[in-house]
Amino acid sequence: MKRHFLATRIWHWVNAIALIVLFMSGLNISNAHRYLYWGDYGFDPADAWAAVMRFPAWATIPQRYDLAEARDWHNTSAWIFALSLLGMWIASLVNRHFQRDLTTRLRDWTPGALWGEIVAHLKGQFDHGEGKYNPLQKMTYGLVLGILLPLMIVTGLAISPGFEPVAPWMIDLLGGRQSARSLHFIGTWALFAFFIVHVAMVIAAGLGWQIRGMITGRVPKEKSGD
Amino acid sequence: MTDMKRRALLAGLIALPATACSKLAESEAGTDIFNAAESMHRLAHRTLAGRQALAPEYPPEARSPTMRGNGSLTVETDEYQAHLANGFEDWRLAVTGLVDNPLDLGLADLRALPQRTQITRHDCVEGWSAIAEWSGPQLSHLLDAARVREEANFIVFRCADNLNGSDYYESVDMVEAYHPQTIVAHRLNGEALPEKNGAPLRMRIERQLGYKHAKFLTGIEAVASIDDIQGGNGGYWEDRGYQWYAGM
Repeated sequence: MKRHFLATRIWHWVNAIALIVLFMSGLNISNAHRYLYWGDYGFDPADAWAAVMRFPAWATIPQRYDLAEARDWHNTSAWIFALSLLGMWIASLVNRHFQRDLTTRLRDWTPGALWGEIVAHLKGQFDHGEGKYNPLQKMTYGLVLGILLPLMIVTGLAISPGFEPVAPWMIDLLGGRQSARSLHFIGTWALFAFFIVHVAMVIAAGLGWQIRGMITGRVPKEKSGD
Repeated sequence: MTDMKRRALLAGLIALPATACSKLAESEAGTDIFNAAESMHRLAHRTLAGRQALAPEYPPEARSPTMRGNGSLTVETDEYQAHLANGFEDWRLAVTGLVDNPLDLGLADLRALPQRTQITRHDCVEGWSAIAEWSGPQLSHLLDAARVREEANFIVFRCADNLNGSDYYESVDMVEAYHPQTIVAHRLNGEALPEKNGAPLRMRIERQLGYKHAKFLTGIEAVASIDDIQGGNGGYWEDRGYQWYAGM
């Protein structure tokens, strides 16, 4: 396995911290109105498609219900998250990390190939396929980087009334402000699911050298494909 | 990295939000960073959209069944209750501060001005939204009639309601004050503004969250600085930690 690019390593940890702050402050914000709607408006719990649990203080930033401070954490980290994602995308296209390591082929997406991938993962076989990552990894990282993370930015902007005059079509495309808010919430838990699987896979593959690899870039000889 | 170091790093990462965050948030540097981030949002919004860009307006059928009331739903003074009882015939709106021609207006005066009617979405800081039709004169008409002086930087809204012992107030800068959709609303969905929504007058600041839309309006004041008004942060909720720019 090749070493991670410096840009990848810096982005990975900056993004991890920004996402943790966004997630935990977001849970605090969710507690302010625990109902989700589809469409442009929504304020009556009777019209909600989901009633969300009240998230406990230990899971939120700050560690008590404080909408004002939670919003500060959220809206500040949002800049770090969005700008570093933009930087990561530029770097990945320039250093060809995207083209080399993250693009998949159409044949990777056939049901047979996908099934083979899942079976291999269940057997603990992670080092296969061409290049740095196996096809399932490429798909997952590609979807997270290319769709899920940008969706969080787009839906976050769409629920900001001050941003709306910039691109009203964006809010319409998402189905209205309350739909965008619902998608922001759903995206959060999709990212949380990725986080759980990601950490589980890192542990399965070898926690020590994986974390070291993402910090120093160095990988042990027996894991190096070079 | 040794196991000890790794454990220390992981423990640090886990404890980070709990301890470091609360310390940082309470420090002056933390507040400065939060305010800088909010200013960046404001500048980005206004640069990308333009200062006069409009919030979306909806067709009548897009309105929500009702307009939710939030915050103060009435004013519990005998004076207000008397105004309510006689249909606000004697309600006055004062336009004062850094103006050459202070105004003292009744509801009939406001109705006599050119009116703007707009169906817009109201977004509360809590997360919910409602859509309703609002009518009233543009704030810019009042400010022009009062001849606001050059040195005015903010417009402050004075309100009759009192929350937890403090008089409600709000403020906007001149960009938002002169925005075409910034109106002094006296009608909601074709009827006189209901009590729970701020009767008889409330502001509509359509590109910002609900706490900017001051209700039970009694005064409009042009000022150079908001530093010496109540808590010095430009509004009731701003004095309680919320951001002055309520565009997100």
